[in-house]
Amino acid sequence: MYADLNRKLKEDVRLEEGLQACMNCGICTAICPAAEFYEYDPRTIAITVQSGNEEKIAALLESDTIWYCGQCMSCKTRCPRNNCPGLIINVLRKLSQETGAFIKSRMGRQQYLIVKTIGANILQYGYCVHPTSLVPEIHPEQGPVWNWVYENMREVYASVGANLDGEGPGAMRKISQPDLQELYKIFKISGGLKLYQTIEHFSRIKAVELGLTNKNGEADMEKYTQYLLNE
Amino acid sequence: METKSKIRWSEYNKEIADDNFFYLRSCIRQNFNPGAEQVFLSILQNNLGKNVFDDPRHTTCTGIGYHSDIVPFETIQTVIARQFSLMTERGYKNCAVSCITSFGCYNEVLSTWKEFPEELERTRENLQKATGRTFEIPENLSHACDIIYKFRKEIAAQARYRLVDKNTRQPLKIVDHIGCHYAKIFPEKGVGGSEYSRVLTGIIEAWGGEAIDYPERRHCCGFGFRHYLIKNNRSYSISASRKKFESMQPYQPDMILTNCPGCNMFLDRWQYALAQIEGKIYGGENGIPVLSHEELAGLVLGYDPWKDLGLQMHQIDVEPLLIKLGVEYDPKQKFTGLNGKYINEPEFTGCLNLKN
Repeated sequence: MYADLNRKLKEDVRLEEGLQACMNCGICTAICPAAEFYEYDPRTIAITVQSGNEEKIAALLESDTIWYCGQCMSCKTRCPRNNCPGLIINVLRKLSQETGAFIKSRMGRQQYLIVKTIGANILQYGYCVHPTSLVPEIHPEQGPVWNWVYENMREVYASVGANLDGEGPGAMRKISQPDLQELYKIFKISGGLKLYQTIEHFSRIKAVELGLTNKNGEADMEKYTQYLLNE
Repeated sequence: METKSKIRWSEYNKEIADDNFFYLRSCIRQNFNPGAEQVFLSILQNNLGKNVFDDPRHTTCTGIGYHSDIVPFETIQTVIARQFSLMTERGYKNCAVSCITSFGCYNEVLSTWKEFPEELERTRENLQKATGRTFEIPENLSHACDIIYKFRKEIAAQARYRLVDKNTRQPLKIVDHIGCHYAKIFPEKGVGGSEYSRVLTGIIEAWGGEAIDYPERRHCCGFGFRHYLIKNNRSYSISASRKKFESMQPYQPDMILTNCPGCNMFLDRWQYALAQIEGKIYGGENGIPVLSHEELAGLVLGYDPWKDLGLQMHQIDVEPLLIKLGVEYDPKQKFTGLNGKYINEPEFTGCLNLKN
C-alpha cells in the first residue's frame, strides 16, 4: 500500500531541519507534555524515522502515536543536537494524510473534524476562529462570560471598540471578498485545497467502510461526524 | 544558582524596531480580547507617538490550521508572503505581530527561506500565480510584547498606576506565562531566550511589580492545537494548565501575565472549568486574574478597564486587581453596551457562582 516512504519524508525540508543526528538521549521525552499525558515517546519517533525502516514508518503513519504531539515544540529547546521531534511529527502527519494512513487510527480520523471547522473558517471568514462558530453548547469550558458575549455579540464587540463584520480595519472586521478570493487562490495553487480534499476523500472511504451511508450506499458525512465526536 | 548560561541568556536582547510598524492581528485575540489589540495600537500611536498601520486586507496567517496539520507548509508560506506583500505595498519594513502562534510561524518561514532559497523561490512563484503579488522580506519582525518591553521605561514614565498594592505598599506578586512559540523554537528571537525569558518579567519590574518564578513557569498552557480543537481531546489541555496552577498556587500571585492570546484565554477559562470539575480555586478571591502585556500596559496607563480594554470579556474578575492598584473604574459600566446602555449580565463571573 505504501511505497518510498523514506524518500517522501525526505522531500520535506522540515525533516532536514528537524532531524539532523539523534543520539537517542531522550531529553525530548523528558520535557514533552504529551509524553506526560499519553503513552507517547518522541525519542522513539526520532529514532524510527532516522532508522529509515519502511515497515516501522508505515506503522507510525497508521498509528495514534503521531497524533499525540501538542506542537508546543518544547523538544526543540532542549535537544542537545538541535533536533525538533515536533517538526518530524508535522512531516509524518503530512504523509499520513497524503497516503490515507490517517483513517486507520482514532486520533488520525479526527483530522476530518478540523478541516470542517478550522479549515472552513479560514476560507469562509479569513480567520481560523470566528465568534459565530464558538457555540457555547460545544464549548462548555468557555463559561458563562462567553455565553454572555455570544448571546450579545454585536453589542459587546462594539462596546469594546471591535469592528465585528464591519468594513475597514479593526478587530474581527469583515475580510473583503477580494481578499478572501486571494486566500482561496493561494490555497488552490499551493496545495491547501488539495489537502482538504484528500482528507475528505479518505474520510468518505472510512465512512462507507463503517457502514455510515445513506440509502444509496454513499458516505453519510453527518453520521460520520457524529461517529467521530463519540469515538 | 546563577549559572553562566542563565546570566548570558537573561541579559540577551534581540533587535526590536523603534518605529513604523505594520500590524498583524491575531485570530484568537480578536475573538476573545479585542480590546487588547485596540489598546496596543492606541499606546503606540497616542502614548509613544509611533507610526503603526492596521491594514484591513490582511487575513489569518493560518497558523492554527498549520499546527493542526490541515494547512500544508507550502500554503502557509504563501499566505505569509501575502502579508509581507501588503506590508511592502504600504511602504513598511517592520512587522508587529499580535499572536504567538503567528510569530512562531513567521519566524519558521523566514528561517526556512534563509536555509532553503528554493522554498523562497517557490513561494514567490506561488504568490505571483495566485495573486499577481510580489513582496520584500521584513527587516524586523517583533512580537507586540517585544515592543511593549522595548518601551517599558517610557510607559513607566507616563504610568498613572504602579504595580504596587495601594494599601500595603508592597509590589504585586505576578507570575508570567510565556507562549511556547515565542522562543522555544527560535530562542534567539525572544528577549532572554527561551529558558530565562525576560520579556514579561522586565515589564513587571519596570512598572513596580515583583516577578515570581515558579517551578512550572516554562510548561505549556496545554493548547495543543488539535487537542483543544477536538472536544474529545480537551483533557490534555486542561491537565497542562492544571499543572501550572498547582505550581503557582503556593506563591499566591496577584495575577498571571501572558504574552500569547491563546494562553491568556486558556489560563482564564481553565480556572473556571477546574473549579466546576474539582471545586478548587487556585488563588485570588474567585480565581487569579489573567492579563496580557497590552492589557496590563493599558491598565497602568489609565485606560478604562471596560470600554478601552474590554476586561469584562474575561471569565475571572479583574476587580480585585483594580482595587489593589487603585484603578478608578465604574462597576456599573462593566456589562453595558454602546452608549452605556445596560445589556444584561453573565450568569456569574469567576470560578464559582458565589451568588448561590
